[in-house]
Amino acid sequence: MIHLVWLVPFLPLLGFLINGLGRKYLPKSLTGVVGSGSVLAAFVISLLIFFEVRQPGFTPQVVTLFDFINVGSLHIPFAFQVDQLSALFLLIITGVGSLIHIYSTSYMHEESNEGFARYFAYLNLFVFSMLILVLGANYVMMFIGWEGVGLCSYLLIGFWFRNINFNKAANKAFIMNRIGDLGFLLGIFLMIQQFGSVTFSEVFEKVPALGEGSIILFAIAMLLFVGAMGKSAQVPLYTWLPDAMAGPTPVSALIHAATMVTAGIYMVARSNVLYSLAPYIQAIIAIVGVVTALLAASIALKQNDIKKVLAYSTVSQLGYMFLALGTGAYTAAVFHVMTHAFFKALLFLGSGSVIHAMGGEQDIRKMGGLKKWMPVTNITFLIGCLAIAGIPGLSGFFSKDEILANAFGYNKVIYALALIGALMTAFYMFRLYYITFSGKFRGTHEQEHHLHESPAAITLPLIILAVLSVIGGYVGLPEVFGAPHLLHEYLSPVLVSEHPHHLDHTLEWGLMGLSTVLVIVMIFIARGKFSRYEDTGAENTGIAKVLENKWYVDELYDAIIVKPLLVLSRFFRDGIERSGIDALVNGVGRGVKWGGGRIRLLQNGQVGFYIFAMVIGMIVLFVISLFL
Amino acid sequence: MPVQYYIFLSIALFCIGVMGVLMRRNAIIIFMCIELMLNAVNLLLVAFSKMWVDAGRIDADAAQLFVFFVMVVAAAEVSVGLAIIVMMYRNTHSVDINILSRLKN
Repeated sequence: MIHLVWLVPFLPLLGFLINGLGRKYLPKSLTGVVGSGSVLAAFVISLLIFFEVRQPGFTPQVVTLFDFINVGSLHIPFAFQVDQLSALFLLIITGVGSLIHIYSTSYMHEESNEGFARYFAYLNLFVFSMLILVLGANYVMMFIGWEGVGLCSYLLIGFWFRNINFNKAANKAFIMNRIGDLGFLLGIFLMIQQFGSVTFSEVFEKVPALGEGSIILFAIAMLLFVGAMGKSAQVPLYTWLPDAMAGPTPVSALIHAATMVTAGIYMVARSNVLYSLAPYIQAIIAIVGVVTALLAASIALKQNDIKKVLAYSTVSQLGYMFLALGTGAYTAAVFHVMTHAFFKALLFLGSGSVIHAMGGEQDIRKMGGLKKWMPVTNITFLIGCLAIAGIPGLSGFFSKDEILANAFGYNKVIYALALIGALMTAFYMFRLYYITFSGKFRGTHEQEHHLHESPAAITLPLIILAVLSVIGGYVGLPEVFGAPHLLHEYLSPVLVSEHPHHLDHTLEWGLMGLSTVLVIVMIFIARGKFSRYEDTGAENTGIAKVLENKWYVDELYDAIIVKPLLVLSRFFRDGIERSGIDALVNGVGRGVKWGGGRIRLLQNGQVGFYIFAMVIGMIVLFVISLFL
Repeated sequence: MPVQYYIFLSIALFCIGVMGVLMRRNAIIIFMCIELMLNAVNLLLVAFSKMWVDAGRIDADAAQLFVFFVMVVAAAEVSVGLAIIVMMYRNTHSVDINILSRLKN
């Protein structure tokens, strides 16, 4: 089965080509079947691959398709690496991906035929790029996928391109990503210069020779991490992700929550050999992660757009994953990627269902009491909230607890900050839940009349994801439970350099109990405050206003980067381009034209004058030859 | 006779030709002056050829062949040139070359 791995990315590519080229001719039903079917088929193949990979004693296999770059001593094959890590990501991408494709067939049904096909074509292209990213056996292939998902993200954020704000959001996402990509690219160049290869196995073989603490190693690790910062929306490059919510909601679920933004985590986990030898960079990663987690969680406390809350929550959860990577707990990070993919996709799709029922309304202040009309969405959304808040028994609890335990072993301050972030998570998620689903309806009468539970194509993925959000955590039970940590055992051949912090059992029970009790307290506070929420329309003041305005980070970036850049480019346009280069070029033209006008007068049409000039010319030549 | 005589005669003929071409407006006279210049050059060629043969530097009078080339080209040129003049006369009833400046603009 392993040698057929190329089929996994190939099928979505085929779907992309069919839908993209036939967008004017295909009916919606066929487009939906092709789009969802190709990803579903890829999922089935991924499952078969997964069962093969999880056999004990499986060694990573590289399937080479052809030589991609072959110059001098540099060989970069177009090869797929099948091992425990990539097989797991294949499952997440194609599994969650196909659910979201099915959901989209209903969610996007109001689009025109062509728009519907364009949407599915982009979505399939995205899945293809993402699969290339995780399957690539070297950093260059990873980079191809990396750029591909960035492109698709841009295309899908700006899917409704008639809206200028959506286009701006798409541009912002793309440009922010480019900043990170530059770091990644420089990292690859440095790697080629240093190791003469970008293939994972060869690079990881040569890395230890550099020795722990080597500057080159730090530079490579840091540059790669800059790439991860951009793609995975970490401080300071996170501002694009909340704006990316301009795209259709299933896109937010798939790209900006479940898969693409976890590419950075995948990359760091894949390069774990490298990072374990660069402890300073790991510390930076941990700090960036915890800062992001806290900052985004604090912003999410005061947002009123249902998707914005979830977007900041995503940024915050990504921060937790990086915190795990920084503390050396790679399994915990991958574990959280998996559980997060389940519950965040669930939450986004649930919010899509709500937005669908509300006729496009996204402001939670105008919702309320929706559980009466949307029982399935209500229950599944509640499960998602419980999972992300970290209620024992649900998936989020196990993965987050593992991260927190590792943070405790790494540094007590970071643990405290991460715990505060986790409490904020519980608070804002339940604020969102109660404002949206309980109390009484605050929208217009027309909207109330329109309220309905979504069709099966929307609720079915919700139910499946809700089930996964509940049971997904049992592959990684904490050590104190006495059960084997299945995910850790499964991933151990890839994450060779992992050294998790093992805590004393009593201590671990204590930490678990502490966070659980605090989370439940937070949920009850949120319930007390928001279950009978009334929109008073009062302006926020003080810290609440700062939070509502996202710490004014966008304004800050605008002032210190965008504005000076605009001034500089205006100077280049007016000063250098127009009055410098343009003036020079136009001046030459004008000079030639003026001179031509003067010389033209010599051509007066008098033959005698021409002959005279000829004779004079000959005499001049004669004299010159006489003297030279 | 010293070769200088030929040279001076030739220069005189050539200058007369040049001045004629420059000064006169009658196309036929200009044409004759061109012939004069060509023949001035021919004279010079023959004179130099004779000089070198006398000095024993070249064997035969082969150099004089060049004069025939000039004559052939001149004959061809005359036929074309006269045709032009005839056409010009038909169109303008004049052989004044300044009238041809009408071609400008």
